[in-house]
Amino acid sequence: MTTTTASIALPADWRDFLALTKPRVMTLVVFTGLCGMLAAPVPIHPILGFTAILCIALGAGAAGALNQWYEADLDAKMKRTQGRPLPAGRMDRQSALHFGVGLACFSLALMYFAINLAATLILAVSILFYVFVYTIWLKRRTPQNIVIGGAAGAFPPLIGWAAATGDVALFPALLFALIFLWTPPHFWALALFVKTDYANAGVPMLPVVAGEKTTRTQIGLYTLPMVAAAIAPWPLGLTGAIYGWSAVLLNAIFLGLVAQVALRRSGEGDAMVPEKRLFKYSIFYLFLMFGALVVDRWLA
Amino acid sequence: MTDNDSTDLIRARQRSRARIMGLLLAAFVILVFAISIVKMQIGHSG
Repeated sequence: MTTTTASIALPADWRDFLALTKPRVMTLVVFTGLCGMLAAPVPIHPILGFTAILCIALGAGAAGALNQWYEADLDAKMKRTQGRPLPAGRMDRQSALHFGVGLACFSLALMYFAINLAATLILAVSILFYVFVYTIWLKRRTPQNIVIGGAAGAFPPLIGWAAATGDVALFPALLFALIFLWTPPHFWALALFVKTDYANAGVPMLPVVAGEKTTRTQIGLYTLPMVAAAIAPWPLGLTGAIYGWSAVLLNAIFLGLVAQVALRRSGEGDAMVPEKRLFKYSIFYLFLMFGALVVDRWLA
Repeated sequence: MTDNDSTDLIRARQRSRARIMGLLLAAFVILVFAISIVKMQIGHSG
């Protein structure tokens, strides 16, 4: 007997559960969370620090899994996401939901028992914000989806700092602001060169709804406060010259790339090279900014 | 694909998931042990 339903009855592979957690996105989340922790004025025991970072990673993974559970229909319509476990039919939706909820509860319980209440609460807010505010409420309704939803990805440095100190201060709030304001230029650069994908899926990304010209202008406008938030810790005396000069250099390059994107218009069959370059650089930018922060704090 | 083939495939998939789950549980036990030791040390020194 041939079994066309075999792929449905087959239990999902553990690699598919791993793919649900969006490991590549998790890399940046873990790195910024770790930097927030290392930048804190109070040292944390390495075992507890490792546990806090593990909880941040598991919480981010849970949010990613719940995002894929809710967006399986959208993912099936976009080339970039068609191969994910749910749209590809390698996993049933209920397994993804159970996995996401279970992982979220586990990460919060571990954070509470091993670390502290402040870090647990911020982690809970970040998971709930990503799932309910961004994924369920905003993403399909407004082109401002990633502007407000970007807050979800900005929480890790706050969680890392809170894990070490037990509270939140001005400095981690500025790190939150940096990632929050970095998100629109980063995602809109991506949206400019995968616009057709978003349009086919019916996601109201800014280039689809308001057009390229507005998107390019908005990328420029959001970059200015981002640069201010990135450099602010230096004149405020929260960091030293290593961070300060690194921030000046990295932000000057960012501004240069944004200017190229903001001031151009794409034509038929455009390869969108400046947009792709800005998108790639924006990822390196965040890694380097947070790396410079840690080096600065350690050498201070 | 025959019934036997699909049963073997399901068993293999279940075995691989059980193995990963076992490793994760063992790692969790070690982590909880380490956290407990650290918490006791911090409690004594504090």
